[in-house]
Amino acid sequence: MLQIVALSLFVAGTSTLIGAVLGVPLGTMIALRRFRGRNFVRTLAFTFYGFPPVLAGLLVYLVLSHSGPLGFLGWLYTPLGMILAQAVLVVPIVAGVTISAVQVVERRLHETALTLGADERQWRSTAVHEARLGVLTAIMVGFGRAISEVGAVLIVGGNIAGQTRVLTTAIVLDTSEANYLEATVLGIILFVIAFIVFAALQRLQSEGVV
Amino acid sequence: MASGDITRSPPPFPRFALQWRVAFALAAVLIVAGLAFSVQSQTASSILLATTTSTRDTGLLDFLDPLFQADTGIQVQYVAVGTGQALDMAARGDADVAMVHAPSLELTFMARGEGLCRSSLMYNRFLIVGPASDPAGIRGLTNATDAFRRIWQTNSTFLSRGDNSGTNVKELAIWALVGHIPSTTNDSWYLETGQGMGATLTVASEKGAYTLSDDGTFYALESSLSLQILVAGDPFLFNQYHIIVVNPVQHPNVRANASLEYAHWLVSSRGQALIAGYEVAGHRLFTPNYNPNDPGVC
Repeated sequence: MLQIVALSLFVAGTSTLIGAVLGVPLGTMIALRRFRGRNFVRTLAFTFYGFPPVLAGLLVYLVLSHSGPLGFLGWLYTPLGMILAQAVLVVPIVAGVTISAVQVVERRLHETALTLGADERQWRSTAVHEARLGVLTAIMVGFGRAISEVGAVLIVGGNIAGQTRVLTTAIVLDTSEANYLEATVLGIILFVIAFIVFAALQRLQSEGVV
Repeated sequence: MASGDITRSPPPFPRFALQWRVAFALAAVLIVAGLAFSVQSQTASSILLATTTSTRDTGLLDFLDPLFQADTGIQVQYVAVGTGQALDMAARGDADVAMVHAPSLELTFMARGEGLCRSSLMYNRFLIVGPASDPAGIRGLTNATDAFRRIWQTNSTFLSRGDNSGTNVKELAIWALVGHIPSTTNDSWYLETGQGMGATLTVASEKGAYTLSDDGTFYALESSLSLQILVAGDPFLFNQYHIIVVNPVQHPNVRANASLEYAHWLVSSRGQALIAGYEVAGHRLFTPNYNPNDPGVC
């Protein structure tokens, strides 16, 4: 049980961090840079909000399978594969919410910053800084997606006991075996974890640490 | 843009940037830890078994595998899916060994050279289960084909796995004998769950529908279901399980030696005796029937 909880946090936490590290700069760039096809890229990022986790799982499965292009890595049915699949889901979400947050700031502050003599690079970091609450929200949404997702980790992880079984896949299994009590307990644990994580992040927000 | 003449620097990023660096470092540490964990779990002597939901849902694997590990030091990790998908995992080289129950699919798999060897392991029986009210009136029939024909003729709700599992393959074989292969588009009484045996039984119980189940999964779940055994004992409902080791010539990455050890252990007198002694709720679920004279045994 403890191992399942730890693995859930590890997989969702790591994929969220990857999502943040890639998604925040990506979202900032899309929001602030002018380039051809920018609107298309933005629409695409928002479309990925609704990207089905099972489809991400299937694609990552095909890529990581021993008959697939990255099969030599041996990541299929390991936590690494699960992290990769979830990162595929989380990056666009973090990028998408970051775009929205940064754009709001842009409208308010761009001229002010330029008037104060900021160059492009300084302006970009100022914009992210001013949009930090929104960026943190982006990361929280990404984590919420990762910790609650079942389709991708089930396909790529295989729900192997002690190796790749996380809270959501354990709930699926317990339900199919009619262990409704265990399934419900796991569901409550999942909810409590999400609550604790979000409460901590919100505290960061409200105390102005971030 | 002039950049040298800024007198008022933007709000304090240093702290912000530091937090990003911390987050990045944390991510790196987690990824390295994950790598270490993953590499360690692979180098530790373990094999990956692709198997069917029935061997998991009955608890058989969780009973046998720790004993195998105690005997040999080899850990068995398993992914439980339908037989069709399990054989596909094996054919992709994603599993080292398969424990499955659809002889027709298995023979195709072996004919393609994907398997190194295949041994008969054990059998259990399929049951036709349904609601106590038995609207099709099949209770007590001894012929599965007759029972299915009555379900069809009375348009009684029937739940198919619909997932190319061993049970699904057997079910379709019975419909072929009936002479009417139902489809979800033309037969409104015929539904597919696309899920494992346990989930399908639960849905059948809720909907008051008939379904075909292996006896092991049914006994394991019986107490939580409002379903009864209506037809059993037809020799056609015999459900044979085989253990297949994936061919390392086709898939050099598979751990064939450890897998062979697993196959040999399962068919050894110890393995077969453990299978024979395994009970759930007072029912013996599997009958071992390894035959060393079968062609191509492990």
